[in-house]
Amino acid sequence: MKRRFFQKRTVALIAVLGPLLALLVYVSLSSGPLAPVPVVLAPVENRELSPALFGIGTVEARYTYKIGPTYAGRILKLGVDVGDHVKAGETLGEMDPVDLDERLGAQKAQVKRAEAQLSETEARKEYALTQAVRYEELLKARSTSEELATTRRQELQIAEAGLAVAREELSRAIAEQKALEAQRRNLLLLAPVDGWIVARNAEPGTTLVAGQAVVEIVDPRSLWVNVRFDQIRAQGLAAGLEARILLRSQRGVEQMGHVLRVEPLADAVTEETLAKVVFEELPEPLPPIGELAEVTLALPKLPPAPLIPSSAVLRKNGTLGVWRVRDGALEYTPVVLGASDLEGSVQVKEGLKVADRLVIYSANALTERSRIHVVEKIPGVKP
Amino acid sequence: MISLAGRDILHSWGKFVFTGMGLGLLIGITLSMAGIYRGMVDDAKVLLDNSGADLWVVQKDTLGPYAEPSSIYDDHWRGILAMPGVKAAANITYLIMQVNRDGDDVRAMVAGVMPGEPGTPGWPPYLVAGRQISRSHYEAVADIASGFKLGDRIQIRRNQYTVVGLTRRMVSSSGDPMVFIPLKDAQEAQFLKDNDAILEQRRRTAQNPAFNLPGVPGLPESVNASQSVNPYVNAVLVQVEKDYLPEDVARMISRWKRLTVYTRSQMEEILVGKLIATSARQIFMFLVILSLVSSAIVAFIIYTLTLGKIREIAVLKLIGTKNRTIVGLIMQQSIALGLIGFVVGKISATLLMAPIFPKYVLLQPLDSVFGFFAVVVICIISSTIAIRAALAVDPADAIGG
Repeated sequence: MKRRFFQKRTVALIAVLGPLLALLVYVSLSSGPLAPVPVVLAPVENRELSPALFGIGTVEARYTYKIGPTYAGRILKLGVDVGDHVKAGETLGEMDPVDLDERLGAQKAQVKRAEAQLSETEARKEYALTQAVRYEELLKARSTSEELATTRRQELQIAEAGLAVAREELSRAIAEQKALEAQRRNLLLLAPVDGWIVARNAEPGTTLVAGQAVVEIVDPRSLWVNVRFDQIRAQGLAAGLEARILLRSQRGVEQMGHVLRVEPLADAVTEETLAKVVFEELPEPLPPIGELAEVTLALPKLPPAPLIPSSAVLRKNGTLGVWRVRDGALEYTPVVLGASDLEGSVQVKEGLKVADRLVIYSANALTERSRIHVVEKIPGVKP
Repeated sequence: MISLAGRDILHSWGKFVFTGMGLGLLIGITLSMAGIYRGMVDDAKVLLDNSGADLWVVQKDTLGPYAEPSSIYDDHWRGILAMPGVKAAANITYLIMQVNRDGDDVRAMVAGVMPGEPGTPGWPPYLVAGRQISRSHYEAVADIASGFKLGDRIQIRRNQYTVVGLTRRMVSSSGDPMVFIPLKDAQEAQFLKDNDAILEQRRRTAQNPAFNLPGVPGLPESVNASQSVNPYVNAVLVQVEKDYLPEDVARMISRWKRLTVYTRSQMEEILVGKLIATSARQIFMFLVILSLVSSAIVAFIIYTLTLGKIREIAVLKLIGTKNRTIVGLIMQQSIALGLIGFVVGKISATLLMAPIFPKYVLLQPLDSVFGFFAVVVICIISSTIAIRAALAVDPADAIGG
């Protein structure tokens, strides 16, 4: 009776302490350095690779026309505003001529005066010619002195010279008038091409220095994207590559385009290569100039080769390699990598065979001695 | 031979086990506290491990980049790469900030890493999901503790980044999850102000007579352009060739490049000895006090247990039991109590307490072993008080009362 009572209590004690000890063993083996590291494995696959390049750029106009005065001056009027479309040769505005009109008036008077002087000298020459001819005949008839006849000849020569002076004087006055008229025309601000006004930098009344732009015109058909590619990821960049352009304002709507040219000059400071990408079809409405665009270039597909996810690659003792799993044990295998794509696949040139199994994800850094526990998904990763 | 202690425990095993469990929870808290302290130090160390660097090149005379702000020109790395003994060098920026996702923000340390291949210094050494950064802009790899998922779009300053990879245990020295983004974006994020501030800056430049000369059109634009570039990074991470000593390479770089260079051990000294020193000491003091209180409570419990049995001990004495047997009885019980307490404590600390703490709790096996012996020693010492009381009892009490 008493013995059984003790046994029951012993059993109860063991029932409490037994699971407690079992739990302790489980706890010390499943956490801390003794615990196996959860890893996700993936095989090396033989697949095609579609490498691509990614860069960002800004929408720019290929040609920007900055229209401004060639002399310092003040704006008289400006007839166009930002957003206006203008035709080649259209008058955009005018600079203040100040006294140019008055000087033109003076010059016109000068021309008239020169014309009057010309008729005067012509009359003089006619008279001198008549006199010279008459005295020539008188001299032949011995009715006048040699001296007088010579004087008349000289007078004719002077009159002829005077006529030449007056004629040239008139040409000069006309040329000067034309120069003033040209200057007057030069004060008009004209559109050199059909285009789109994108900036109006000054208002009527503003005084500008020579060369300062009043309005800026771009040709909307010449919009392109100036794209910057990090040099380390610009291998294969070439003119003609197909491009997908994603404007910052239009997430999800991609525009098609192609690389027009790769700039011969790279940016040495930012270590970027520049390229110009043009739209196949201009988006409607036109994107604002200066908008940020993400550009993805598709490079030619590469033939099937062993591919691994880039998350498998790590650097150990200065060499690139992967953790290969063979018979449940980890083995560090150095690899030589080839081309990669933007989705995280990379070609293996040396070091691995197709169907080798690699660790692609692990919950901790691994070593050769790590015990691993293969899982579908690392615990804690949300879908 | 009958075990007196065993018999006595069996006699009132429920009370004994429950006392042990209560004690266990106390020990569990003490172990967790040790884990919190270890976790704190470990956070500082993983930051160094994960950067994959042997040397940190920082601004002259600063303790950067973790403990003090440091900024150096972003083209220094080329010169450093040419120094003998340098195998790899890479720029890095660190910026602790709020990272926004769908309106709610997460405090994170944003690290700007140089583009390259996996294994470049500064890159996360392993992932738990997704892939490494492959575009040179607007992609991010985040620590899983940030709560981000693959494909999430997160906002850092002005730009949105797509989370393409997740990693684990990549934290700052204060335990904030890290978010890795391309270096150029990070430089911009570090420098770029909000639009309003930029606008004000432009207006200020335009109004400054020194920059708005009538004869020099375009000068304000040039000034604005020069103000909106950031050619700085926080540090250059350097990996050293196998045949060179990090200390020698560090000396060379600091001598010829006139920058401050820290080796791994110096950096650890800065992080553990300076950056988290006060908070770690705070936790450590708490751990010490908790241990003292725990041992006091163990002593009291055993003393009360013994006092509860004082009549039985008097009976034992009356029937002529040796003192040694009585001492054994108390000490064995005390140790048994300690063992139950330790087992319960270890289990509760690992399974219940550690996972619910927001920061990392590192329960080291060595700490547990040390804790085990500490518990046994404390039990033995505290049982001596009870033993004294038991031995002092008068056998007459057994019949007197």
